[in-house]
Amino acid sequence: MTDVVKPRDAKEVEDAVRWALGNDKALEVAGQGTKRSLGRPSQTDLTLDLSGLSGVTLYEPEELVLSAKAGTPLAEIEALLEKNNQQLAFEPMDYGPLLGGQAGQGTIGGAIAANLSGPRRIKAGAARDHFLGVTAVSGRAETFKSGGRVVKNVTGYDMCKLLAGSWGTLAAMTDITVKVLPKAETEATVIVEGLDDARACAAMAAAMGSSCDVSGAAHLPDHVASYFDGLPTPEAATALRVEGFAPSVKHRKQALAALMQPFGPVALLDEKNSRALWRSVRQVKPFAGDAARARPLWRISTAPSKGHAIAAAITPAAQMFYDWAGGLLWVAMPFADEPDAGSIRATVRSVGGHATLVRAPAALRASVEVFEPQEAALRALSKRVKEGFDPKGVLNPGRMWAGV
Amino acid sequence: MSVRMPEVDGAVLARRDRIVAALRTIVPGEGVIATEREMKPYETDGLTAYHQPPMVVVLPETTEQVAQVLRYCHDEGIKVVPRGAGTSLSGGALPLADGVLLGMAKFNRIRDIDFDNRVVVAEPGVTNLAVSNAVAEAGFYYAPDPSSQIACTIGGNVAENSGGVHCLKYGMTTNNVLGCEIVLITGEVLRLGGKHLDAEGYDLLGLINGSEGLLGVVTEVTVRILKKPETARAVLIGFPSSEDAGACVSAIIGAGIIPGGMEMMDKPAIHAVEEFVHAGYPLDVEALLIVEVDGPPAEADDLIERIEIIASKCHAVSCEASTSEQQRLLFWAGRKAAFPAIGRISPDYYCMDGTIPRAKLPLVLARTREMSEKYGLRCANVFHAGDGNLHPMILYDSNKPEELDRAEQFGAEILKLCVEVGGVLTGEHGVGVEKRDLMAVMFSEIDLNAQQRVKCAFDAKGLLNPGKVFPVLHSCAELGRIHISGGKLPFPDIPRF
Repeated sequence: MTDVVKPRDAKEVEDAVRWALGNDKALEVAGQGTKRSLGRPSQTDLTLDLSGLSGVTLYEPEELVLSAKAGTPLAEIEALLEKNNQQLAFEPMDYGPLLGGQAGQGTIGGAIAANLSGPRRIKAGAARDHFLGVTAVSGRAETFKSGGRVVKNVTGYDMCKLLAGSWGTLAAMTDITVKVLPKAETEATVIVEGLDDARACAAMAAAMGSSCDVSGAAHLPDHVASYFDGLPTPEAATALRVEGFAPSVKHRKQALAALMQPFGPVALLDEKNSRALWRSVRQVKPFAGDAARARPLWRISTAPSKGHAIAAAITPAAQMFYDWAGGLLWVAMPFADEPDAGSIRATVRSVGGHATLVRAPAALRASVEVFEPQEAALRALSKRVKEGFDPKGVLNPGRMWAGV
Repeated sequence: MSVRMPEVDGAVLARRDRIVAALRTIVPGEGVIATEREMKPYETDGLTAYHQPPMVVVLPETTEQVAQVLRYCHDEGIKVVPRGAGTSLSGGALPLADGVLLGMAKFNRIRDIDFDNRVVVAEPGVTNLAVSNAVAEAGFYYAPDPSSQIACTIGGNVAENSGGVHCLKYGMTTNNVLGCEIVLITGEVLRLGGKHLDAEGYDLLGLINGSEGLLGVVTEVTVRILKKPETARAVLIGFPSSEDAGACVSAIIGAGIIPGGMEMMDKPAIHAVEEFVHAGYPLDVEALLIVEVDGPPAEADDLIERIEIIASKCHAVSCEASTSEQQRLLFWAGRKAAFPAIGRISPDYYCMDGTIPRAKLPLVLARTREMSEKYGLRCANVFHAGDGNLHPMILYDSNKPEELDRAEQFGAEILKLCVEVGGVLTGEHGVGVEKRDLMAVMFSEIDLNAQQRVKCAFDAKGLLNPGKVFPVLHSCAELGRIHISGGKLPFPDIPRF
């Protein structure tokens, strides 16, 4: 049983890291621990629980900016934004149910550390693109800041980018500032029914290449379609979302429907069904249920036109669906003990992109690379970056790669 | 020139002939420029107050040549300054007397236009506008549009994380770049990203954007392209005070509208521009706002209507929406000519680039007026109002003794004010040499050391573009030392479970 230390403020976070540094201890950096089982199992002596650092410290809706302590629950922030008709435009997905936990948990620090995003990634970016400023404690037990509270800033290196998606391996973040944006007045979804994967990818490319300003493009093949909410029939659905002001949504929905006619039968989802559908896409619903949870789950990011080629190379017994216009694949493998890392990695390497084994038993995560392996020069550079922040490997050592 | 550059390495200069000869074996023909006359065009960039001839100019044509040049310089301990089109407004490409100036102009081809994945793969010397032009026929464009877009290169845009008037809605360079090939000072060639989204590990691509040529030399860039909106309309709104104009900007955003562009000008800027361009700007207002919306006609018309209502509530004294593409372009012609218009009424001007929380604009403008009197120099302001990016232009005459010094002091005081009100030193022009010595206003030594350790991971000898960004250079050995204090648990009161 690992000990837990729960600092009450940023100063105590620094104290904790200094103690670890001075005593050759390794810390597991965690918010609410909702993504604890994502990554390589790492040997740590103590959990640094940042959930005690909680609370929104600045919110100026008209300046589009919000600051919060790193352990602030994401749900609290989203509720506050909702009251002002605003949102985190990167549409952070919720790993909770996927990894066997509850929905609606997690902290803003965790969302940033994992560089979360959702279907709107293709239009609005990921957490990295909305992360304006940070205060953090490095593995040297030094508190540093970077960025600021304004959306346009090129003063010094963009350390925020480096910390976003670093899974707590470089620094323990204590304070976070993000850009927030207005929520769309309404939304609608155009569905093309019954397409095979290749044709669906072509349809999504046509939609993304139009001026309809599509903010979500997913293909949900036959074998998983029934898991998604809001669909008219449980058949293969290629879904295209438009969001914005009502007159604009009305116009673009019609334009998109016309553009999609040649691909297959078209159906329209109203606002309510559209919201339901995209919530279930964002939460990767087919693979979050009890029955699916035992199976290894991959998340593959590739060029949208290559998604289909990767899917074709994976065993037909796997279940999968596409987001990001074909550029994001969620793949659930058929067997509990076989992630098929060899062939998936080889295929991804041949077409470009990266694959993450987001869910697998600890033994598998210890024996298979969880994050995409890097070629030698890049691996060495990543290691040097890590050593700059955390020379003694105090923070989440080995979570991303062995020795980093 | 008041900024001290790194000490010149006499031993390197003494070997100049040998170095030039060695570089010629890597880049043959006209790719190595070593005469004083021919190097002249390279001795300054867009920050023309600073000049320095380089030791030698090298213009490689292939990634392999870049790698060999950098490896040679690394082995020989020679400094390297990368340069795109030389349009930096912060002196980012200012040469070093004992350094190689690595010009990337010959990397001028577009390698791939991929509509299926909506990306363009370009060499770094391709101009920003050329990327848009290459895909214009198919109705696509590249969103970031710095005002130097006709000349500035995509590689330079990556180095500076360039913005433009549309970045509130469409993001800066960093939000629109999907991949890069970079060469480290060691000659190692790395590929970061590609046509897919997000990094497989640390977001080094995000770090390269805005790193001002200190981490690596970009040899290829993959950018995202977008389909052009069906239409765009602009509305020109005049206000009796900058407070009213600022309140209008806040109200528009508060209403959930993120315009494609939202620009503000103060009275001196309006007058200078109107005399030059005759765009039809009202002259009896204190502040002028150009708000542009884009999308299908139904959306643009709807939003213009909403904006007009908001403007009248915010005490607008004039409000005119464009009814034709010609009129929209005329509205913009004024704003886009702001810099040359100022150049017309003053022998020289010094363009600043701070960002502030938007609500602080009236305060910053009032304090700037006070400073203007104190320094005896006129100042006109243009402002990317949506994102708080302020461009004060300080008017001076370089032929008058000490006016440049006064202009620089004035500028520094404005930037310190930006930081004081919660903003930052630079929104899109970069730190370069210009704002280097102001970095301590915004960052502590610990903050700067954390950044310099990132530099060490890429360039342990500190040979790439030294003298830029960081006011004090520490050796990587010094920065790498671990300071451990206390072997005891220093927080006995922290709750443990």
